[in-house]
Amino acid sequence: MTVDKNYERKRKLVNSFGKAIVFISALLLIIITVSLFLFVTSKGLSTFIKDGISIKEFLFSTTWNPDREVPAVGSLQFIIGSILVSAFAIMISAPLGVSSAIFMVEIEKKLGQKILQPAIEIFVGIPSVVYGWVGLTVLVPFISKHFGGLGFSLLAGILVLTIMTLPTITSVSTDAIRSLPVEIREASYALGATRWQTIRHVVIPAAKSGILTAIILGLARAFGEALAVQMVIGNRPVIPKSFLEPMSTITSIITMDMANTAMGSVWNDALWSLALLLLIISFTFIIIIKLVGRRGMYK
Amino acid sequence: MKKIEVRELDLFYGEVQALKKINLDVEANSVLALIGPSGCGKSTFIRTLNRMNDLIEGVKINGTVLLDGQDLYKEVDVIELRKKVGMVFQKPNPFPMTVYDNVAYGPRIHGIKDKKKLNEIVEKSLKAAALWDEVKDRLHKSALSLSGGQQQRLCIARTLAVEPEVILMDEPTSALDPISTMKIEELIEELKNKYTIIIVTHNMQQAGRVSDYTAFFLNGELIESGPTDQVFYNPKDKRTEDYITGRFG
Repeated sequence: MTVDKNYERKRKLVNSFGKAIVFISALLLIIITVSLFLFVTSKGLSTFIKDGISIKEFLFSTTWNPDREVPAVGSLQFIIGSILVSAFAIMISAPLGVSSAIFMVEIEKKLGQKILQPAIEIFVGIPSVVYGWVGLTVLVPFISKHFGGLGFSLLAGILVLTIMTLPTITSVSTDAIRSLPVEIREASYALGATRWQTIRHVVIPAAKSGILTAIILGLARAFGEALAVQMVIGNRPVIPKSFLEPMSTITSIITMDMANTAMGSVWNDALWSLALLLLIISFTFIIIIKLVGRRGMYK
Repeated sequence: MKKIEVRELDLFYGEVQALKKINLDVEANSVLALIGPSGCGKSTFIRTLNRMNDLIEGVKINGTVLLDGQDLYKEVDVIELRKKVGMVFQKPNPFPMTVYDNVAYGPRIHGIKDKKKLNEIVEKSLKAAALWDEVKDRLHKSALSLSGGQQQRLCIARTLAVEPEVILMDEPTSALDPISTMKIEELIEELKNKYTIIIVTHNMQQAGRVSDYTAFFLNGELIESGPTDQVFYNPKDKRTEDYITGRFG
């Protein structure tokens, strides 16, 4: 075989060019991530280092007076607010989402694959402002009229987040369940198991790590959602005493206040500390997802 | 005694006819080997015997299959049927759970909860599948950590645990190494005292070694069946002879 020298040279050139592009992109990605983390960390820590506010006060006090002479930036109510609104939303959306995933993969396969799954994937892509606006226009007046209060409430936040996390949980669990080998289902049926027994004792346990990942992803989405939540919860910096009271979350206080504060003020620094807290929480979620994924038997 | 009688069995996948007018009897406590080239309908046929084809959409079946004289498709409940007719698949398919839970799965779904009873069944089934000595110290480890051959014997143990009368094996050794294959063949030899076994195989020597009867399938038709010695050494049909002597397939 004769070797075309030109062709060989070109091939090598393209090869090293490709390598360089991939390498630069990867490097850039790492630099951006690291610098983002460093920036948020340095900003977030200045509340404690520069302004002399104790971490204890920040995490465990509920006094939020950042614009006073002696500013107080107790943020417990935001942390609890975020936890309440996300946890309750997930408590509703997780069972619904996992059940719909099972319905689509194990029970109504055709309907699931042709209609339901594409529909759910569209829902995943709807911008959060749309959810928020619908919540504001439909949900808030509805709650006010039928349950009392202003309507801007923990309950409104929970319902909006339930609807927003449902497609995420459904679609990730669907993939997890669908990726299970058909052979283990056959094995179960061949032993005389009913469909329900197969789902309950084989499919769900085998897809457990995928389903957990789906739920944690949903939780992360709920925790990090700012706009839609902020539009319906009323934004009062207190711990709500009932489902019908207004409240705030970590994300909502940041979006509400960031435009009002001067760079370098205690107020501004405190918002950065909240952002740092969010970052740490989302890292924790990612680590949990990785750990859960590693534990799974099928991947 | 006839365990299974198949009469004029047709099977369609949508428009495609996969089985054509099959007539076949299976003697109790014997091993029947189904041979034939890929796509000839052996696996489809074996799956009509425990109604696994029910799970596939668009399958239509005509004719009758009798188990102990009862029509599988009319008189027998599918759950009861699969309890009586167990199946071992081509690829070892243990559940992603412990060795113990794999074997206990069948008895549990059929309502046995008593711990002591389950322990007994698990031990008995694993012993019957010649796996007990290898796994008795790791009953509570994941079944997926076993070797391929061990996994397949675990699948056999899992099938035995529901005390079937018939065991269907769909190329049970095609994914295994020669030593694991030998162990499974020895096992089949032992199991036939208690069970009726129908095995699909691509391996002529295997059919010759383990079976009492052989049935040769070609293009969805049953070409010839009878005692293995007769089918192998004195085939009536030219096509059987060609296949066995390796002229095609």
